[in-house]
Amino acid sequence: MAELSSQLQALEEITATARQAVAEAQDNRALDDVRVEYLGKKGKITAYLKQLGNVSVEDRPVIGKSVNLAKQEVTGLVEQRGKALAEAAMRAALKAETVDVTLPGRNSEVGGLHPVTRTLQRIERYFRNIGFDVAEGPEIEDSHHNFTALNIPETHPARAMHDTFYFDADKLLRTHTSPVQIRVMEENQPPLRLIAPGRVYRCDSDLTHTPMFHQVEGLMVDENISFTDLKGVLSDFLQAFFEKPLKVRFRPSYFPFTEPSAEADIECVICGGEGCRVCSHTGWIEILGCGMVHPNVFEHVNIDSEKYLGFAFGLGVERMAMLRYGVNDLRLFFDNDLRFLSQFK
Amino acid sequence: MKFSEKWLREWVNPDLDTAALVEKLTNAGLEVDAVEPVAGDFSGVRVGQVKSVEPHPDADKLRLTKVDVGEAELLEIVCGASNVREGLKVPVAVVGAVLPGDFKIKKAKLRGVPSFGMLCSSKELGLTESADGLMELADEAPVGEDFRAYLELDDVSIDIDLTPNRSDCLGVAGVAREVGVLTSTDVCQVNCEEVKASSDKTFPVKVNATAGCPRYLGRVIENINPQAETPVWMQEKLRRSGLRSLGPVVDVTNYVMLELGQPMHAFDLDKLNNGISVRLSQDGDKLTLLDGQEIDVQPDTLLITDDNGPLALAGIMGGEQSGVTETTHNLFLEAAFFSPDVIAGKARAYGLHTDSSHRFERGVDPALAQQAMQRATALLLDIVGGEAGPVTEVLSDKDLPSTASIHLREDRIERVLGISLEAAEVSDQLSRLGLSLTRVEDGWQVKVPSFRFDLAIEVDLIEELGRLYGYDRLPETRPQGTVLTSNITERLTQLERLQNLLVDRGYFEAVTYSFVEPKLQSLLAEDDLAPIKLANPISADLSVMRTSLWPGLVQALVYNANRQHERVRLFEVGRVFKGELDNIEQERRIGGLIYGDQNAEQWSEKAREVDFFDAKGDVEALLDITGGDIRFQAEPHPALHPGQTARIYKNGEAIGWLGALHPKLQKPLDVNGRVYLFELSLPAVLLAQIPEFTALSKYPAIRRDLALVVDEAVTAGQIENCLSAIDSDILKSFQLFDVYTGDGVELGKKSLAMAFHLQHGERTLKDDEVDALIKTVTDSLEQSVGATIRS
Repeated sequence: MAELSSQLQALEEITATARQAVAEAQDNRALDDVRVEYLGKKGKITAYLKQLGNVSVEDRPVIGKSVNLAKQEVTGLVEQRGKALAEAAMRAALKAETVDVTLPGRNSEVGGLHPVTRTLQRIERYFRNIGFDVAEGPEIEDSHHNFTALNIPETHPARAMHDTFYFDADKLLRTHTSPVQIRVMEENQPPLRLIAPGRVYRCDSDLTHTPMFHQVEGLMVDENISFTDLKGVLSDFLQAFFEKPLKVRFRPSYFPFTEPSAEADIECVICGGEGCRVCSHTGWIEILGCGMVHPNVFEHVNIDSEKYLGFAFGLGVERMAMLRYGVNDLRLFFDNDLRFLSQFK
Repeated sequence: MKFSEKWLREWVNPDLDTAALVEKLTNAGLEVDAVEPVAGDFSGVRVGQVKSVEPHPDADKLRLTKVDVGEAELLEIVCGASNVREGLKVPVAVVGAVLPGDFKIKKAKLRGVPSFGMLCSSKELGLTESADGLMELADEAPVGEDFRAYLELDDVSIDIDLTPNRSDCLGVAGVAREVGVLTSTDVCQVNCEEVKASSDKTFPVKVNATAGCPRYLGRVIENINPQAETPVWMQEKLRRSGLRSLGPVVDVTNYVMLELGQPMHAFDLDKLNNGISVRLSQDGDKLTLLDGQEIDVQPDTLLITDDNGPLALAGIMGGEQSGVTETTHNLFLEAAFFSPDVIAGKARAYGLHTDSSHRFERGVDPALAQQAMQRATALLLDIVGGEAGPVTEVLSDKDLPSTASIHLREDRIERVLGISLEAAEVSDQLSRLGLSLTRVEDGWQVKVPSFRFDLAIEVDLIEELGRLYGYDRLPETRPQGTVLTSNITERLTQLERLQNLLVDRGYFEAVTYSFVEPKLQSLLAEDDLAPIKLANPISADLSVMRTSLWPGLVQALVYNANRQHERVRLFEVGRVFKGELDNIEQERRIGGLIYGDQNAEQWSEKAREVDFFDAKGDVEALLDITGGDIRFQAEPHPALHPGQTARIYKNGEAIGWLGALHPKLQKPLDVNGRVYLFELSLPAVLLAQIPEFTALSKYPAIRRDLALVVDEAVTAGQIENCLSAIDSDILKSFQLFDVYTGDGVELGKKSLAMAFHLQHGERTLKDDEVDALIKTVTDSLEQSVGATIRS
């Protein structure tokens, strides 16, 4: 028995050193060394197991069981330690990889569309939705399309009012987008629904005028189009554009190419109609010109004015943009200052 | 048209306050631009008379006056004005008066002398913008009367921005007629009864150009008093219409023009020779105008002449030599109808715009000349005296505009306006406008009076009906139209897609003028063809049409770089203009530039200045939206760096350029640092293909890499061309993934690493066919660019 107890004692000592060695292993490699030292083919506990043949038959089960227990225990400790080490390593790695998530990301800047384009896109989208097409025309026009066909004969005072840029007696920079109406009607018979956005030019430059600006022309021609339809379509559009219910006022006006002609005012979007600098204290802002297509215009493009009626309108895009975004200086649109452009994203 | 409200109310006085009246006018299409008080806000100012003037003991420029303001005692007032004199009647602000700007008049001491009020100038009372000394009142001004009451200064000037068709309202009488219709108020008529001749003196008139001058009235008035002065009431009305008093004769002609709308002219009869002749200009005609300007008369100008030559530009401006002065004793008065066709555009051609030309080119009531002549004669006889001769009239009836007779159909009114009007309302409204109606089966036959020559066709009458009904009262309806087909082509991409791509890559969109400075343009131009020039540019730096988007973009870059922007990416979409006037190309383009660092300044990466391939990447992305066969080819462009310029081809057609701004242009363009520019034809970029599906292969793909050694001069494009020409079902794609020179590669050569992706649609590839393809690749590269395989 003395021999048995000293045997078990020795086993316990080996196990104790193994426990300590496992606990002290600081990385996977050291841990593996410990595992080999005790549990490997030539390991201390394995060796102990091997010399079991020398043990008396009656002691064998007792020692065998103890050795297996020791082996199990150390194996378990190694596994546990391995897991702990892996977790610690992961923690350390994660910690090392921690970033300041509040630092800015890379290449995040986007640019922006010019506010005129932005405004044009909204206007186009609205009218496309109600069945209008978008048409284009040349910017260098002839006086026939810019004036004569629009019922503005050579001597008409309205020609002088247009401050036209000329190239020669005939060619000019279009003063409005209205010639696009003519070009479309020359090629197509009604029904017609279109808008024509684009650049227009007037020989005028001061605080409130730039020699180039943008207009959108609109035209709707069909068999039964009346002035009350014109009022409805434009009033709806203005409410949609400014995204609020607005009072719209139609006043008689004069354009050679429409009869009856009207100008539409909206309740000042800045002061809500109370009166302010923007609306010259009237509470109203002039926003567009419009009217029923003049029979002489239809005649110029061979459309039967007895059968067809139509309305046309023209609006200034910069003015719409200024009112929409609160821009207070027209000239900013053409300075292309990035401090201005970057406000429209 | 600017006039005093009180003047208008002398004609027609509806029961409306100023604001309501103004709103009525605006809503009827006579848009009121401004309503301004005719004098400043002041009180306590009286008409006074200077009784004595003494020098100030201690100040050379000041005078001590005693002034009668209708009180028992004279007021002692110290005054500094140079025109102060005994007997003068002036506005006097007495102690307690408040002048414009809340300036209170108190007892004061001026250089030791007490002063009990202030003698006023017209400027100090807010009557004029400027003044030269005290305001001098007429001798008959009642001393002691409140000055505001005396001049009826509780009045406003109403300024109407008239549309060109409403020249019938270019006189107070016309506005009054309109207000009468709008408010159903009676309108007074001015007395234009014939003024009987008190002499038989006439001056011969001959009209050679009857088309331009269908009616000419002339009248002689002799022995006028050159010392007479314009009465205060007339001066005030003129002032409130924005006209200065220029002596009684001119004032009367201006007054009649403002009152009735008929421009008139007065000649000094003694300076006329042998009769008036109205004719078109001839070669060599010269004239010195009233404003002192000497002009060579242009062809087709209607002139008033005498035997010595031109006297006046008819309907525009008189001549200096024949004009009325303060020594004129005998007058020849003119009231004519000049046809708008002859006057229109003429004043402008001489750089003139006068009240007269403004009216004649829009049209004056042809029946008005007779009334105006009588009215002016009566006023002149009242003011300057003299004897009037009989009126001479030269009339060519056939050249007078005819007044329209218009067929107005009841159903047409409804079709145009969108509402139906009662027949009674139609006839009532139109009658009030002065039109005469006869009922016919489907409506009316309407006769238009001469003063509404703007009404010529049926729809003009319908507009009048809508206007009088009130546009605001018309309902809003939604059109009932035909359903139209619409176009949703996929062959053209929407421009928005391209714009969004550039915006997403950090570009801002610019909009620059379509006209540019010629020199800037020539520096950046692709060729030396002359740009299209404006005949009347707004300034020299906006005088030619752009042939490229680059001048505007570079200017915008410089503008921003000068404002501390170190990184700029801009693009623009717009037309450029090329060719001759009879054959202009107005192509739409999309162009852009990049400048500064590729990325915004950042904490994590080293800053890197943009280079060619940054710009190229953007351009390739843009082109990739619509695809096609895209090639970049090194070609020279005068504005671009010779070693960093590519011309861009799509499906074999040249569609644009990409490159670095030529370094030699940096200084002249005021650019610091590299700029990469691109510009593409928009229609070409928008041209898209409809995707065509090919089946996806289920079989594995194989990648083979090759290292090729070629001469350094061989381009990637050459290799690409060569490989694209290989006809193979299994070569799906290839790409260049490394370019290497240096150790291990012979000098003058470079090594290119390329990957080839192979796949068969219906089966797994066999080794021998892969080997065969690679051999084909290496053989053709060897043949075409001398490539060897690097081992």
